Amino acid sequence: MGAGRPAGLRPAWLVAGVLTVLFATILGLAFGSVSLPPGGVAVEMLNLIPGVRLDSGLTEREVAILTQLRLPRVVLGLLVGAMLALAGAAYQGAFRNPLADPHLLGVAAGAGLGVTAVIVLGATSADGITGLPIGVPMAAFAGALGAVALTWLLGAAGGRDRSPATLILAGVAVSAFLSAAQTYLLQRHMESVRDVYSWMLGRLSTAGWHDVLVVLPYTVITSAIVLALRRELDVLTVGDAEATSLGLHPQRSRYLLIIAASLGTAAAVSVSGLIGFVGIIVPHTLRLLAGPGNRALLPLSVLFGAAFLVLTDLLARTAGGDAEIPIGVVTAFLGAPFFILVLRTSRSVAV
Amino acid sequence: MSAIEVAGLTVRLDGTLIVDGVDLAVAEGEWVTVIGPNGAGKSTALRAIGGLLPFGGTIRWHGRAVDKLHRRERAKAVATVLQSPVVPPGMRVFDYVLLGRTPYVPPLGRESAADLAVADDVLAALDLAPFAGRRLDTLSGGERQRVFLARALAQGAGILLLDEPTSALDIGHQQEVLELVDRLRAERGLTVLATMHDLSTAGEYADRIVLLAGGRVVAAGTPAEVLTEGNLAEHYRVKVRIIDGDRGPLVVPVRG
Repeated sequence: MGAGRPAGLRPAWLVAGVLTVLFATILGLAFGSVSLPPGGVAVEMLNLIPGVRLDSGLTEREVAILTQLRLPRVVLGLLVGAMLALAGAAYQGAFRNPLADPHLLGVAAGAGLGVTAVIVLGATSADGITGLPIGVPMAAFAGALGAVALTWLLGAAGGRDRSPATLILAGVAVSAFLSAAQTYLLQRHMESVRDVYSWMLGRLSTAGWHDVLVVLPYTVITSAIVLALRRELDVLTVGDAEATSLGLHPQRSRYLLIIAASLGTAAAVSVSGLIGFVGIIVPHTLRLLAGPGNRALLPLSVLFGAAFLVLTDLLARTAGGDAEIPIGVVTAFLGAPFFILVLRTSRSVAV
Repeated sequence: MSAIEVAGLTVRLDGTLIVDGVDLAVAEGEWVTVIGPNGAGKSTALRAIGGLLPFGGTIRWHGRAVDKLHRRERAKAVATVLQSPVVPPGMRVFDYVLLGRTPYVPPLGRESAADLAVADDVLAALDLAPFAGRRLDTLSGGERQRVFLARALAQGAGILLLDEPTSALDIGHQQEVLELVDRLRAERGLTVLATMHDLSTAGEYADRIVLLAGGRVVAAGTPAEVLTEGNLAEHYRVKVRIIDGDRGPLVVPVRG
């Protein structure tokens, strides 16, 4: 009798997600300016587990490239991708708006302004931002929250219902304003332009594990909050009045989700710059394939978002020959057409 | 003790007084329907009684003041079906009905086997079992209304508030849904407070009727006492003929 199980996370999807992450990780580690045999890379990864000693057939220099250059970069890519996709899915659910995305809401621009302010106002060390100061994610978080609040308030100007289009238009206005503020700051501090510009285009270049360690706590907190609220997010889909009648406090759940998603976005932006559209591409593809339920969507967004960004980074590193293409450029090339697709179908898109 | 006791209820929306000193009581197991012209404050009063709006005055469910209850306790005591509930795109009927168990699911927890059993039970009781795996947004209006009822029943609440439960349905499905509510009321000992536009239908199903106009109760009593040519002429500005039906007065509008 009945349909049996609630629409939770199907084990098959979880396995698929984990395998995709492993696959993307091995590819991301194996290819680049120097190609390494993927099999050897996989064995070398197993060697990182304490107590395991296997012969991977890689030279000492290759092992050094692998563990000291590529591994931190791939891990950073996993974290940033997971955060951007999770934040996108969380915003879409919290705003009940299929077009919501960290970038389109102006959140990323706000975080960017925060980071720029820290850089140009000289809070960073002399070597630019390669060593990310602890304060940067906090400044990014402040900027992100300010931006999302501004977008939300401006969205009300077009009517109390905050239709998807109105909210995104507000986000565009907020983004433009914050970018202008950022440009103004840069104009006044020309010495930092190079630093800020290379960061702004989106990059995952990292020297060692420093950046990974700086953002790791934020990603853990964000994931914990958003994933804990995933059932409530499903209840919110029936609207605030109904959610209240079911015993929820919809505004409180929504604020918590938005704050958590903004924290994740801020962490991602502060280490990787402006990488757009991940929060649109990954959750919407997953909705089509695995169904609209947030209980499956949010954990899967973490896994597939992580894998997606590592693969995109691989493309950015290898497609342009010697010169690396900024990863934000690659995601925008992929994402912009995808966004049009979502826009065209957004009346029937499930959130 | 009455299932619902409302005294001096006032509700303001954006500073405008919508409900102005309403008193009403619904006995355990009784069906009371609130009628009134557009803008009389029916839906607003119903939402306030369901604890969904801030209000002045007192509202008691089974003797307990609503504003003293925790949100989850409220959801276990009263289930509300709004006039046109949001249909979440892509959600399956089973998952939608299961949302009714939200007040029983611990924070950060998941549905227990008992919750799943309740959802199955409710679906079967409303002949919805074959639809369990279907997407809610693919169902017809009548089927959807039954699913909304199923979600409310899954809450396991003794009081059912229905805001215009039949406004989107043709007369056949209107009758089907109202018969269903009446059957469930008898089987499960539910107390029903509803708002309705169709006066004859309201009279056929309700034990008592409350006529609201301008946010105030202007008439209350059995259908025959409230649905009179005088009352309707005064508050709806309509000329009607009242015909005695088997289960209550039938209201037929006629040209003046």
